[in-house]
Amino acid sequence: MNSENQKFVYVTLIKTTPDKLWEALITPDFSMKYFLGTRVESDWKIGSKVVYRRGNDITDEGVVLKFEPPRLLSYTFHHVWREELRNEAPSRVTFEIGKLADEPALGLKGDAVRLTVTHEDFPSNSKVFLAISKGWPVILSGLKTLLETGHDLSVAKVVS
Amino acid sequence: MNLDAFKPNTVYVTYIASTPEKVWEALTSGEATKQYFFGRRIEIELKPGGLFRFWQPDGTLDVEGKVVECDPPRKLSVTWKVMWIAELKKLPECLVTYQIDELGKVVRLTMTEAHQIELDPKILEGGRRGWPVILNNLKTLLETGKPLPEFDFMSDAKKSLEEMKTAAERQVGMPNDGRE
Repeated sequence: MNSENQKFVYVTLIKTTPDKLWEALITPDFSMKYFLGTRVESDWKIGSKVVYRRGNDITDEGVVLKFEPPRLLSYTFHHVWREELRNEAPSRVTFEIGKLADEPALGLKGDAVRLTVTHEDFPSNSKVFLAISKGWPVILSGLKTLLETGHDLSVAKVVS
Repeated sequence: MNLDAFKPNTVYVTYIASTPEKVWEALTSGEATKQYFFGRRIEIELKPGGLFRFWQPDGTLDVEGKVVECDPPRKLSVTWKVMWIAELKKLPECLVTYQIDELGKVVRLTMTEAHQIELDPKILEGGRRGWPVILNNLKTLLETGKPLPEFDFMSDAKKSLEEMKTAAERQVGMPNDGRE
């Protein structure tokens, strides 16, 4: 694959509502339970900083690009915790939330949403791309479990 | 069979609060697959060379292939030919592999769809749309005892299905389509 075209796309379907999923994406106490133990912090204004913090350490940071509750969230992404990754230029993450019942052709019985996470704009030979390709399935599997069962999937410590 | 000829095109990884045995059972039992795999029932002889099929609820043959590797409850690999869409039936079979890894109280399930020839992305789109639905349904079923709420996936996917058929027609018409 051409490194300029590297793009990570992960689709997950969750039995929840767009509002609850949105809340889970932007609330620190919630992110701590599924986002590799980090608290997400931002005032969520366009151009504002967003940081993911584990204890006193910032693991990832970026700038809010789009904030359209409860459908679309996008920010630049710069991993700053692991030394071998922190010098790499920022990339971009987009969360798109689609309510399956909103699509007129669908005969949906009950609440479920489709969350599409797209992570792109990586520099050539990106090491961050390899790291996030492993990380997002852990995070998003945990998010789904948390919203559907109320339980923490606790996979983060095993994998990281 | 030369497995090196198959190159992975689509990979989906999901972490499930379950055991390898339960995930294996859900992947290989017809009663289980009916609940999360678009209503399809699997029929599989769990040994290398064994017959493998998926059946649609109305009895239409959906997918057909052979077991390539069977290592319960860790790894299952099957050849996979889509039978219910005439255009796709003409394409060379692909290889689908489920890898099950136990990580503490959680299982990592990795699905890999590999192809022998370079396919039009519009054809790959079918799997890229379908696998997340199937595997998210499987995860919900194992973790909550019930699959996700039902929705009409096909009407959602209708446009991409038509594009897939057209692309498959074009692909089999080309001289280098990988067939002997």
